[in-house]
Amino acid sequence: MLENALTVDRLQFAFTVTFHYIFPQLTMGLALLILVMKSAALRTGDARWNRAARFWAKIFGISFALGVVTGIPMEFQFGTNWAEFSKTAGAVIGQTLAMEGVFSFFLESSFLGLFLFGEKRLGPRGHWFAAFAMFLGSWLSGYLIVATDAWMQHPVGYTIGPDGRMGLASFWALLLNRWALWQYAHTMLGATQTACFAVAAVGAFYLLSDRHRASAQLFVRTAVIVGVCAAMLQLWPTGDGQGRMVAQYQPASLAAMEGIFHSERGAPIAILGQPDVNNRSLDNPLFVPRMLSFLTYRSWSAEVRGLDSFNQEDWPDQIPLVYFSYHIMVGLGTIFIAIQLLAAWKLFRGKLYESRAMLWILLLAFPLPFIANMAGWITAETARQPWLIMGLMRTQQGVSQQVPAGDAWFTLLGFLGLDAVLAILFLYSLYSAIDRGPGDDGDDVLGAA
Amino acid sequence: MGTLWFCIVAVMLAVYVVLDGFDLGAGIVHLVVAHTDAERRMVLGSIGPVWDGNEVWLIAGGGTLYFAFPALYASSFSGFYLPLMIVLWLLTLRGVAVEFRNHTRGAIWAPFWDAVFALASLLLAVFFGAALGNVVRGVPLDAGGRFFEPLWTNFLPGPNAGVLDWYTILVGVAALAALTLHGALWVALKTDGEVTLRAQRLANRLVWIVAALTVAITAASFHVQPSLATHFSGNSWGAVFPALAILGLAGIVWFSWRGRERNTFLASCAYLLGMLTSAAFSLYPYVLPASTDPTFGLTVHNAMAPEYGLRIGLIWWLIGMTLATGYTVYAYRSFSGKVKAGAHGEGY
Repeated sequence: MLENALTVDRLQFAFTVTFHYIFPQLTMGLALLILVMKSAALRTGDARWNRAARFWAKIFGISFALGVVTGIPMEFQFGTNWAEFSKTAGAVIGQTLAMEGVFSFFLESSFLGLFLFGEKRLGPRGHWFAAFAMFLGSWLSGYLIVATDAWMQHPVGYTIGPDGRMGLASFWALLLNRWALWQYAHTMLGATQTACFAVAAVGAFYLLSDRHRASAQLFVRTAVIVGVCAAMLQLWPTGDGQGRMVAQYQPASLAAMEGIFHSERGAPIAILGQPDVNNRSLDNPLFVPRMLSFLTYRSWSAEVRGLDSFNQEDWPDQIPLVYFSYHIMVGLGTIFIAIQLLAAWKLFRGKLYESRAMLWILLLAFPLPFIANMAGWITAETARQPWLIMGLMRTQQGVSQQVPAGDAWFTLLGFLGLDAVLAILFLYSLYSAIDRGPGDDGDDVLGAA
Repeated sequence: MGTLWFCIVAVMLAVYVVLDGFDLGAGIVHLVVAHTDAERRMVLGSIGPVWDGNEVWLIAGGGTLYFAFPALYASSFSGFYLPLMIVLWLLTLRGVAVEFRNHTRGAIWAPFWDAVFALASLLLAVFFGAALGNVVRGVPLDAGGRFFEPLWTNFLPGPNAGVLDWYTILVGVAALAALTLHGALWVALKTDGEVTLRAQRLANRLVWIVAALTVAITAASFHVQPSLATHFSGNSWGAVFPALAILGLAGIVWFSWRGRERNTFLASCAYLLGMLTSAAFSLYPYVLPASTDPTFGLTVHNAMAPEYGLRIGLIWWLIGMTLATGYTVYAYRSFSGKVKAGAHGEGY
């Protein structure tokens, strides 16, 4: 397997995109929270909100830079490692990818520079506008990338020419793909949750260590109020809507995600269990009877198609990975709802800042949304296999034909080494920014770092 | 439609070279013209608020290339696999060096990041030049429009050429000299005191090296790719592009002698634009000539995306780039004038 260029190209894309997505999920979520903080600052005139926004903009800046340097390899790899895919489909997905560069990146990078370096010369309204432009840029960027992926999941608005190359048939069909709308809402709520848990964790850390109490309370309060809404919307309607898209357009993917090997009426949902692909069964299952039929088709006795109703060559090629990443995502999403509801209840009762147990939970939970978001993307991308473009092009047809496995190995190893260095530097900078803190009342000097 | 998008992509990439060129150049010269930590922070402060915006022109230009000429993107990116990956790593290291210089405390870190920044900037300039050299020289395309080039073979620009041969290395060195000059002029424009004087002295010497290399690569290009001459002889108006480059070069000498920093830098922009547009004009209609059989070469016609998508693209591209030009100009105006030592030194 590993002497085969296709496998190495897949591993390299999987690794680099997974590592990349650590950063955008944080920056997209933080862009929203920074906008919330700047809006509160503009409304109340309270300097603490500005201080909070300035502190999180520092973290945003570090993460944004890493998002950029780890993101450029994504665009490059479409050409370097997936040349046949690009040649066939570039005229369609090139639309959304080029739009991302033209509409989002100029907006984001110009206004990030102004936000970080220009608070004095922009004035309060100008600085709020810079925060708004950063938010708009990063959320637009998210949409255009999701729309690109959605087209691969559920291709619409294309034509196929006589030479096999695709062209655009309808710009609006591509841009307003039903799949993209659900996937976008679900993805952005995931990013919002990542940022909420990060902001809450830093607030909890300060409260537990009795530092920067005023800022810390602001962090926890903002993060829990936004976070509890995001956690619930993540499940319903967006998670549910996304799930029904999969059921409608990718039934084989749904079967792999749920570990359903045999079609049945009134299908149960598996909470736990290990898929045994050779014997076509789920070992050690913990079932909730009839639940899957109800969730998918709103009927307790509806028939859910199992993997046995598809040709084996159309099965996802990594069923256990699909199954586990999906279950990890859903399991963690459920835990987030519990944590956020509990924290919101304590906040409402005015007991959150004194509840050390709850603060410890918020502090320790911060890595979990990163895991959940990555698990979600792994589900989406591996459940689509063996298709690169669902129903139109198989993954093995999209790979660059001329690039030897040795060259792909060389660059995969290079990325592993480089990204390890980036991860260390990121954690170090994050640690020192958090250690320096947002500053306290009194030392409210503009730009104090 | 293909020709129009050829011009758009060429202009976007040329703007990228002019803008990111000065911050690459500033990276190359800053070890030489800025000696103390405060001086280096002043140089970095002059590019701090704009460098990642400059790099966006590469990403947006690349995205536009992908959308308008998917077959060219697929063929060239997979064919130049290793050099492109190395460019990616250098871009990463360079971005990280600027970013983390402000976030790592302790005396040993700043010189370390400065060295990483300088080395990555220098190698990027050479690689970008070599990439242009490869496109002019042509690559061993097969009938399916595919090729794969190793980094080097025997350093001769024949049918078996690698990415690096004597011609592409020569273009790489010329790019290095031109961007170093460009960066020195930017530093002279944006700083004051000793740093400005050192940058000006360096620029005054470099301009003659750039002039000599310009003559050398022009002669070498016509030798390696004889078809370049035909397009100029058929369309004599194309002479405006090389004329722009020559005027730019003369302008650098003239304005720097008169002590006009701003005009000297603008003349350097004109020189770079003139050189790049000359190359694009002389290649047209080819976007990637073949060194094997001329008919295998990729042209604006056989590499372009279907018509409908390109027409739609024109609408959003015009809207998007009008907005983008607006932000870019606004950001540059907000940070106009000389950087004072220590002003943006802390970064964020």
